[in-house]
Amino acid sequence: MAKKVIKPVLSAAEAVKCIKPGMSVIIGGFNYGGIPYTLVDALVESGVGELTLIANDSAYEDVGHGKLVANGQVKKVVASHVGLNKKTGQFYMEGKLELELCPQGTFVERIRAGGFGLGGILTPTGVGTVVEEGKQVLEIDGKKYLLELPLRANVALIRAYQADRMGNLTYFGTNRNFNPIMATAADYVVAEVDSVLEVGELDPNEIVTPGILIDALVVKGDNYYANRT
Amino acid sequence: MPIELNEEMVRQRIARRIAREFHDGDVVNLGIGIPTLVSDYIPEDVRVIFQTENGAVGAGPAPDKPDLRFIGAGGRPLTILPGGCFVASDLSFGLIRGGHVDATVLGALQVSQEGDLANWMVPGKIVPGMGGAMDLVVGARRVIIATTHTTKKGEAKILRKCTLPLTAKGVVKLIVTEYAVFSIEKGQLKLLEIAPETTLDEIRAITEADFTVADPLITMQGTEEEKA
Repeated sequence: MAKKVIKPVLSAAEAVKCIKPGMSVIIGGFNYGGIPYTLVDALVESGVGELTLIANDSAYEDVGHGKLVANGQVKKVVASHVGLNKKTGQFYMEGKLELELCPQGTFVERIRAGGFGLGGILTPTGVGTVVEEGKQVLEIDGKKYLLELPLRANVALIRAYQADRMGNLTYFGTNRNFNPIMATAADYVVAEVDSVLEVGELDPNEIVTPGILIDALVVKGDNYYANRT
Repeated sequence: MPIELNEEMVRQRIARRIAREFHDGDVVNLGIGIPTLVSDYIPEDVRVIFQTENGAVGAGPAPDKPDLRFIGAGGRPLTILPGGCFVASDLSFGLIRGGHVDATVLGALQVSQEGDLANWMVPGKIVPGMGGAMDLVVGARRVIIATTHTTKKGEAKILRKCTLPLTAKGVVKLIVTEYAVFSIEKGQLKLLEIAPETTLDEIRAITEADFTVADPLITMQGTEEEKA
């Protein structure tokens, strides 16, 4: 279904209403940089559960989407690193949480495959390690590669710097990380931004994510981290 | 056993030695822990471009006033130097896996004499995840390990075979510890340098792996710069 040309600017609470129990949510960020804090806090507030969380890491138990894990709203985490959030490891060890660990470069390529219409990717990363278990190994020009499958979600929550009303996005510093790639790999994409400008106010040369990928915009709220990252 | 060294001295010694490995223009990714210290010792006539897996190319030292919109992979605030830029994670790991990063410096739990590396998990303990380590060691042109020679309990970390789950097979090219420098070429571990306060017999006693010895075996470079 085509997305609206002019994107609605919603409150965070309104924007996360599209996320229903049992859905998969892909969330931008790396460590504490580039997380859509305002959207994530609204999702925590909503209490929606049984979620599959796809994110580079599971943040911290009291920061960002780490709160979703600590709050018991997540049944499965797909991530490259969960060591910063004690609850993720604890719930996994207690059998309360499913965990799919994925090398970070593979993680981003799987999302890219999901958003770019590819049936998978071949990577040398993980060959000869536990990551190889259960995966197809292909040999190309004498070198071994693992077949890694695409990753997509029902909803993406991403963080950008500025938007225009058409949803075109720019990014700032190391907050960019996974956000532009994740914008391609979900059925419904919400971007949290510092500010929303009129159409034509963003320099087309500076735009990283074209607005055709975006469904809704949310201006960052008064969260401690949202105002510092 | 060699005499025990002060922990901070150990960290600085390893970092100082590794900093001599780079050439002007090298693109280098530093892991957390001891590897982070390497940037403090890069010689003035060598310009190294530091890359971080979360998307900075041309990262500089921590700023006086941290801006959390500029962080490194370990979450520490950084600056971006003139000529630097930011990239998204797909390009960041494209640079890493694509062979555009000249060297990565990482810590280790275990290294085997054939260059296998274990540095991401201990069975039975809570799994932190491999993060970017598996991509870095497969993709970087040169994998340099910065590690203490033994565990805190005195167990060997440089082994015939790793017993912990691997991060990658046959990728390590150089190991720098507080007592020694080893190279690994074509699956063969070779002792290149030893620290002034130790002997070859002592190195053999704390290294389980089989290794050959360079001729001449020299004193570990950089130790002469340590303050008495």
